[in-house]
Amino acid sequence: MAMLEVTSLGISFGGLRAVDELSMKIEKGGLVGLIGPNGAGKTTAFNMLTGVYRPTDGGIRLDGQNLIGKKPHEICKLGVARTFQNIRLFSQLSVLDNVKTGLHNQITYSFAESMFHLGSYRKKEKQMDEKAMELLRVFDLDGVADYKAANLPYGKQRKLEIARALATNPKLLLLDEPAAGMNPNETEELMETIEIVRKRFGVTVLLIEHDMKLVSGICEYLYVLNFGRLLAEGTPKEVLSNPEVVKAYLGE
Amino acid sequence: MNKLKSYAASKRGRDTLLCFGIVIIAYIIVQAAIAGGGISSQIKGLLVPICAYVVMAISLNLTVGILGELSLGHAGFMSVGAFAGIVTTTCLADAIPLAPLRLAVAMVVAGLFAAIAGVIVGVPVLRLKGDYLAIVTLAFGEIIKNIVNVMYLGLDDAGLHFSLVNQNFQLGDGGKMIINGPIGVSGVTKLSTFTSGVVLILVTLFFVLNFVNSRTGRAVMAVRDNKIAADSIGISTSHYKLLAFVVSAAFAGMAGTLYAMNFSTVTAAKFDFNTSILVLVFVVLGGLGNIWGSIIAATLLTLLPELLRGLSNYRMLIYAILLIAMMLFNNSSFKVRLLEKRAMRQMEKAEKAGGKKEGA
Repeated sequence: MAMLEVTSLGISFGGLRAVDELSMKIEKGGLVGLIGPNGAGKTTAFNMLTGVYRPTDGGIRLDGQNLIGKKPHEICKLGVARTFQNIRLFSQLSVLDNVKTGLHNQITYSFAESMFHLGSYRKKEKQMDEKAMELLRVFDLDGVADYKAANLPYGKQRKLEIARALATNPKLLLLDEPAAGMNPNETEELMETIEIVRKRFGVTVLLIEHDMKLVSGICEYLYVLNFGRLLAEGTPKEVLSNPEVVKAYLGE
Repeated sequence: MNKLKSYAASKRGRDTLLCFGIVIIAYIIVQAAIAGGGISSQIKGLLVPICAYVVMAISLNLTVGILGELSLGHAGFMSVGAFAGIVTTTCLADAIPLAPLRLAVAMVVAGLFAAIAGVIVGVPVLRLKGDYLAIVTLAFGEIIKNIVNVMYLGLDDAGLHFSLVNQNFQLGDGGKMIINGPIGVSGVTKLSTFTSGVVLILVTLFFVLNFVNSRTGRAVMAVRDNKIAADSIGISTSHYKLLAFVVSAAFAGMAGTLYAMNFSTVTAAKFDFNTSILVLVFVVLGGLGNIWGSIIAATLLTLLPELLRGLSNYRMLIYAILLIAMMLFNNSSFKVRLLEKRAMRQMEKAEKAGGKKEGA
């Protein structure tokens, strides 16, 4: 059984059918791309997967468990983490605290321990510090751990967002245009990092990108969306040679 | 790693130390001045209100600065706490003869009542955002004021008697009216002292700083900085918003008791919209999220009208001008430039640190 099963997912905003009849199957450990031109409904699909929008019809199952109707924070607890197209960091918190916030449900202590700083507070905070630094090191952010997140350069902010998502210990990681606004060198470096992360944390990755060249480099399987509908799917090679896909991207 | 941790710890420690330091040093100086007779009776009368306002400012900073929601009804929680505290001390007058202990128990009860009020208000209200939240909290403050204005509460051998709008109970022999409608409460035994006020500030600081520097506090600040992102990493935003709001309300309730037990007469009108705004001014001028800033702003701005008394008619004019000057400084290009420079330095350092690693 596939890890993530999406069956004829659809959503309407008033008269607009943003996503229609979207079906996907993602196996555990896969690295899958969701591509398509601007406005194809890729981010809307992500928002449905993470509970931000409630689909009008269709089903989403993660390891057999229904995700429809669950709140975003509940879906996160079930093992789905994401990043955002327009970076959403906790800008006033330090880089370290951003990741520690990601560990919120991983290393826990009670409200009373928060108020009194007694019990396991010190031990758990130390565990959090260590775990967070370990994650920051993967993304080469350990040198800036005590900086305010808002003061990081753009590329590092993107990395921090991924580190924070990984802190929630997800089974499935959704990356919304992780390479947006990066130069080709930075993009290549990021793609390598994603590959490393996938192996090291054993996480399944679904990523949105509209640069097809880029995605074909690392993704094993691609889904192509156009006007909210699934246009094509298959290995990068199959998809790239599909005349429909070429038409959607370049026009006739 | 070790260096980093010591840096983060020292920064956190510095803020905590600063907060406690300010309060303790101020307490010692004031006590010395009282002993030396260097303080006028007017200022002496202000000491307890200052402590109450400092606690109010710290607690409102939790809502406005840490949680990032504008509340214009904080005096409402102060009111709930004030009257809950008065009722508690009156009922316990015989049971607990020791005044400081009675005051402490009253504060705990007041905190609980204010927290309950916080839950009742917070559950529906925290679904709103920004201006809407501000308006509803404002209304809450007025509602509390008007309810207490028509509340009659008396104590006799048979227990507590309570009625709204009209007094429809008769007290037995030796009975005592505690809250008497619009007349409010009179004949309160003054239990609050400057020392008890400072102790309450220290206790508030301890809990609020602990709260901020914990898993719970981080979750609250995450909700403030980006609600959608906080949701996406598994933080129940409504739960943490309510939690911060209720904690904030509880401390406002305790401040209310401290404040009320300093006067022999207390009416609901004292805790009106003006008081809410006054406390909000302390928080904004002290800096959102800046706890020691709130302490200093509350102290200075409560003292200022008294210190300016010599200027008689010009007093409030100067007060207003000083407020505007402080606001201008907070938004001045000079200060903004300073902050920008600091941010730029951090960015450059971050770039460099990254570059070095890639090069090596």
